[in-house]
Amino acid sequence: MSAASSGRRSSAPRDRGRWLIRGARPLGGPPADIQIDGAVITGIAASGHDGRELAAGAGVTVLDASGLIALPGLVDLHTHLREPGREDAETVASGTAAAALGGYTAVHAMANTEPAADTAGVVEQVWRLGRQAGYCDVCPVGAVTAGLQGSQLAELGAMADSAARVRVFSDDGRCVSDATLMRRALEYVKAFDGVIAQHAQEPRLTQGAQVNEGEMSARLGLAGWPAVAEEAIIARDCLLAAHVGSALHICHVSTAGSVEIIRWAKSKGWLVTAEVTPHHLLLTDELAASYDPVYKVNPPLRTAADVAALRAGLADGTIDCVATDHAPHPAESKETEWSEAASGMTGLETALRVVHEAMVSTGLLDWASVADRMSVRPATIGRLSCIAAGQQDMRHGCPIAPGSPANLVFYDTEPIRPVDPSAHASRSRNSPFAGLKLPGQVIATFLRGTPTVLDGGLAS
Amino acid sequence: MNRHLISAADLSLVDAVAILDTAEELARLAERPIPKLPTLRGRTVVNLFYEDSTRTRISFEAAAKRLSADVINFSAKGSSVAKGESLKDTALTLQAMGADAVVIRHSASGAPHRLARWIRGSVVNAGDGTHEHPTQALLDAFTMRRRLGRLDGLRVSIVGDILHSRVARSNVWLLRTLGAKVTLVAPPTLLPVAVDGWPCSVSYDLTSVLPGSDVVMMLRVQHERMSDAYFPSVREYRRRYGLDSDRMALLPDHAIVMHPGPMNRGVEIAAEVADSPRSTIVEQVTNGVAVRMAVLYLLLSGSREPDEPAVADDAELVTAGGLTGTAERWQIKP
Repeated sequence: MSAASSGRRSSAPRDRGRWLIRGARPLGGPPADIQIDGAVITGIAASGHDGRELAAGAGVTVLDASGLIALPGLVDLHTHLREPGREDAETVASGTAAAALGGYTAVHAMANTEPAADTAGVVEQVWRLGRQAGYCDVCPVGAVTAGLQGSQLAELGAMADSAARVRVFSDDGRCVSDATLMRRALEYVKAFDGVIAQHAQEPRLTQGAQVNEGEMSARLGLAGWPAVAEEAIIARDCLLAAHVGSALHICHVSTAGSVEIIRWAKSKGWLVTAEVTPHHLLLTDELAASYDPVYKVNPPLRTAADVAALRAGLADGTIDCVATDHAPHPAESKETEWSEAASGMTGLETALRVVHEAMVSTGLLDWASVADRMSVRPATIGRLSCIAAGQQDMRHGCPIAPGSPANLVFYDTEPIRPVDPSAHASRSRNSPFAGLKLPGQVIATFLRGTPTVLDGGLAS
Repeated sequence: MNRHLISAADLSLVDAVAILDTAEELARLAERPIPKLPTLRGRTVVNLFYEDSTRTRISFEAAAKRLSADVINFSAKGSSVAKGESLKDTALTLQAMGADAVVIRHSASGAPHRLARWIRGSVVNAGDGTHEHPTQALLDAFTMRRRLGRLDGLRVSIVGDILHSRVARSNVWLLRTLGAKVTLVAPPTLLPVAVDGWPCSVSYDLTSVLPGSDVVMMLRVQHERMSDAYFPSVREYRRRYGLDSDRMALLPDHAIVMHPGPMNRGVEIAAEVADSPRSTIVEQVTNGVAVRMAVLYLLLSGSREPDEPAVADDAELVTAGGLTGTAERWQIKP
């Protein structure tokens, strides 16, 4: 299966049907053979020479995955696919291809498209485009407010009842800053087990904000984005969620203070979950000294102390999951002055490698915990862990065990290579990791038994 | 001397003193009947001004012309910029026209850094957003040295809107390099939150600072800051941070009063202070030409390898974990 080793190539033409994947290490544990029949895992047994290993029968494609880590297919709670409206930056097809190459089998497509995903019609369109592309499940996120304008609730129930079965709602890119509107949204989605994902940014404290407010903003003469603008909204929303007994999810937590507040809210037993992006786990605001807008993102890159607190929060479970905030932009949106440039970074194709570097290589997480933070928990938050929609089994984040849908990623921990955005499947090239040597490579991804990635490239 | 002059922080003591000494020689030129040198004959200097700043543009234009350079003035209004051409495309155009130096004034902090990535010639920062204005700091230092005879140990108080001032930033870095002791004086709202990390001291009280100041530099305060609640009213600002003749009397006898202009008479500086013998405001303008001549001279008159990369040297960039890479923007950490 490794592109570098012909011995690992499949022994028969690939086929949707029956697979026997030999020697991979589920969750980094002992090697095992995994049998897939149709869309489902039908068998798993320890690899070895004691005669108990699974045998390949007729019509079974055998893959040698010795040494690779097997994880449940990754789930991203925070992806910008840009379609409809900004197909020059990304399409559902290109964005989900990028996702598959990053090991994802499900992505949540944020609502800030043009038009915004604030009606059943738009979310169904995005959902349908995802089905057509076939690289991974696309779960549209519905806008909380009509047109993301922050003044009136969008038709949340209609989106929930649509074919897209929306459960996560967010005005991401903008904060639902009106406290009453936020309270109502939190209450309203209880009727269909929804969750509000808040982009925590107090708007008055961040007018014109460009970089983390601190030493770097002072020196660079760029308007500061203070940590308190994030933390104040998180604190308020945790209290609101507690007051009305609703589920709150915090997008892209970026400060040490936010981690503290979320830890406190969780200690109270409140229904609060949170995500952190790969870039906030690895990069700091010092990169802004180049004034290269590839490092411009919202919320901004913070300090090394924040990075340490985010890593610790992810390690101890205060932060539930990693979400990419994959935000593709065309070159002209980044080849400008810093203050003119668009905010955002691509991330789908590098997320697992960055988590490997920031969390696994540092000893903060083992591979079982990576599966928890990048698949199990985001699937739970996105209400994907237990649903069965129509004839299709839409579950994600399931154990690697018989009966689970065959959503799997096989990851080689060995290679260390510089990130090359020009080789990415995403239509955009705005990766802040360009040139950075990162470990690891996704070798194969399976979506319900169908390979979307094989030998490290898209399966045709 | 570096290829560009983008930040006063990039200047070593040797570079800074070389600029001031060169400016001193060039200032004498102005006393000659024909105040012109052939040094930059055949060289092209572009004044790329995205913000209105007649005084700075004219100063650079005069400096370049006195060194016999060809000068092209490119102002954002009345050019393709108004039609939405990007800075990068403008840079490529200037590059294609063979600009040896581009003097850029821009409302966006960091615009000169970006420009330096896209052109081969030298970039001179003539003020970028709320970041830096290094030639202003150089002419201020030049003026202080001429008036007071030294810079080392000089006590300089900079008063006003530090948060939004490119002049203050450049002065803090340059005066640190030159050995002066800087005190920033402002209401707390107009100081950056991390100012305690800067190589200077900070005071909220102008009156107490004046008796220990050899130089007091007043910065322009913009009226729109009031609507953003940085201070309650112009009246209150003047009362607490304005320099009037009563306050000026607290200064030591030898002390000078500076202002980078344009002034708000009656707000940060009273008319009788601006027009007093202590005031160096008009001298600063004169000195600006000599200092800018020195900068252009030192950047452009030296020999240059044709294959030098156009990219400015960046600060070392590493990730939070000390992770390193080998590509251009990821340099190896020792």
